Amino acid sequence: MSRDKFPRGKSAIVAAATYGMGESPGQSSMDLAVSASLRALDQVGLQPAEVDGLFIGLPDDYLSGLTFAEYLGIQPRLTENNRTGGSAFLTHAMWAALAIEAGQCDVALIAYGSNQRTSSGGLVSAMRPPAYEAPYKLGRPVGAYALATSRYMHQYGLKREQLGEVALAARRWAQLNPDAFVRAPLTMEAYLQARMVSDPISVRDCCLVTDGAAAVVMVSAGRAKQMAKRPVYLLGAAAATDHRDITSMPDLTTTAAVHSGARAFAQSGVKPSDIDVVELYDAFTINTLLFLEDLGFCKKGEGGAFVEGGRIAPGGALPVNTNGGGLSCVHPGMYGLFTMVEAAQQLMGQAGERQVKDARLAVAHGNGGELSSQATLVLGTEETL
Amino acid sequence: MNTIRPEQEYFAHLAEGRFMLQRSRASGKCFFHPRVAEPVTGARDLEWVQASGSGTVYATTVVRAKSPAVPANVVLVDLDEGPRVMSRVEGINPDAVRIGMRVQARIGQQDGRPILLFDVAADTGSQV
Repeated sequence: MSRDKFPRGKSAIVAAATYGMGESPGQSSMDLAVSASLRALDQVGLQPAEVDGLFIGLPDDYLSGLTFAEYLGIQPRLTENNRTGGSAFLTHAMWAALAIEAGQCDVALIAYGSNQRTSSGGLVSAMRPPAYEAPYKLGRPVGAYALATSRYMHQYGLKREQLGEVALAARRWAQLNPDAFVRAPLTMEAYLQARMVSDPISVRDCCLVTDGAAAVVMVSAGRAKQMAKRPVYLLGAAAATDHRDITSMPDLTTTAAVHSGARAFAQSGVKPSDIDVVELYDAFTINTLLFLEDLGFCKKGEGGAFVEGGRIAPGGALPVNTNGGGLSCVHPGMYGLFTMVEAAQQLMGQAGERQVKDARLAVAHGNGGELSSQATLVLGTEETL
Repeated sequence: MNTIRPEQEYFAHLAEGRFMLQRSRASGKCFFHPRVAEPVTGARDLEWVQASGSGTVYATTVVRAKSPAVPANVVLVDLDEGPRVMSRVEGINPDAVRIGMRVQARIGQQDGRPILLFDVAADTGSQV
């Protein structure tokens, strides 16, 4: 493989917004995505027509790039509709950085929205199980993550209480976030008594099913300084995949985040111990442990012990999923873009009560499919350039 | 070389009572799911070989769908030939299936179609 190159610090997020978090009855997924996009564009005084790089992927619209452009009457030079599941938006950021550096676009908009909660009440997914697997009626995606959790427990002696720490930490962060959908206190006792969905995963190990939308605007570093008080620079970005369906995952306890993370960190020149705030795609509690390990925050098999004692909760040594995550804040089908929005808001110093003090370096990590697609961004403030 | 129709051929074998795997003649390695070429190498020198049906449970879950559906087991089984398959272990409680359990394939019927299932192996010892 050729040397992994990335235009470190050459592009930046200048605006990041959410819209319609939780429930937004009567609005389509595209209505929500457009509303979030306008909020983000408003933050930096841009008109839709100034967007010349459009990155989007809605769960219910394969041509969403075209739909969005038509909706706002724009004619972007670059329209990208890459689909790697919930990680797609972090790969969009990677491509946006490369496109901005190459002169393929000047204003990149990355957008997502879904009305899955109020329109269908369930997860809207484009995944269809293959003929070799469909007859076993594995609930998907939850069953796939349950299989991974079962293997991890077997191999590393993980306790349910340690998964519970992940759920409790997410809930405590959500309690600091007025936009989070579920903010009621969660105790370990209640976690342990929750109804099993697919053993060993209970309903409290699963992300929410909500509506919601998110958008970010990216421009060149030069332009970013004129547009935003505290731009969030893209220091590294990498994606990796090693399967689609869980049966073909080489090792159910190790994800391709090992590769995306190592490459993104190498590009950025920083290491996990330098990171101030971490946003991981927590579709299920096991995700948080797997990604903390695979991205290098702790060793393989030590994730359960790592999160004990509130280490990733408010006040802990490593703030993780500071918006409340997919578990307690928002999960409209594909959550990836929300990791970027929260990381950006933290580095911009705009996270309100949940603000991590002096946050300068953040990781946003997206997951797609059944632990199938992994995409890692390392983000930093001007001081980290 | 004959055209390979992976899914059709696999299920045709299964319907006739044979659990078959593909392998490359050059590498001699079996793989699953069926394909028109060996993964990684792209080799198309494929042949179908009968699987021993012996395997070890690699991961397990109990799907607790809403009533009236009854809890059902879903496993990933590592076959002795190497590939991993999704299936269900029958003949014991769904939550009694353990990782490391030795299991033996059997072809059953579900919704009028053949389906690959597993039973706990008679000589069961535990491996990892």
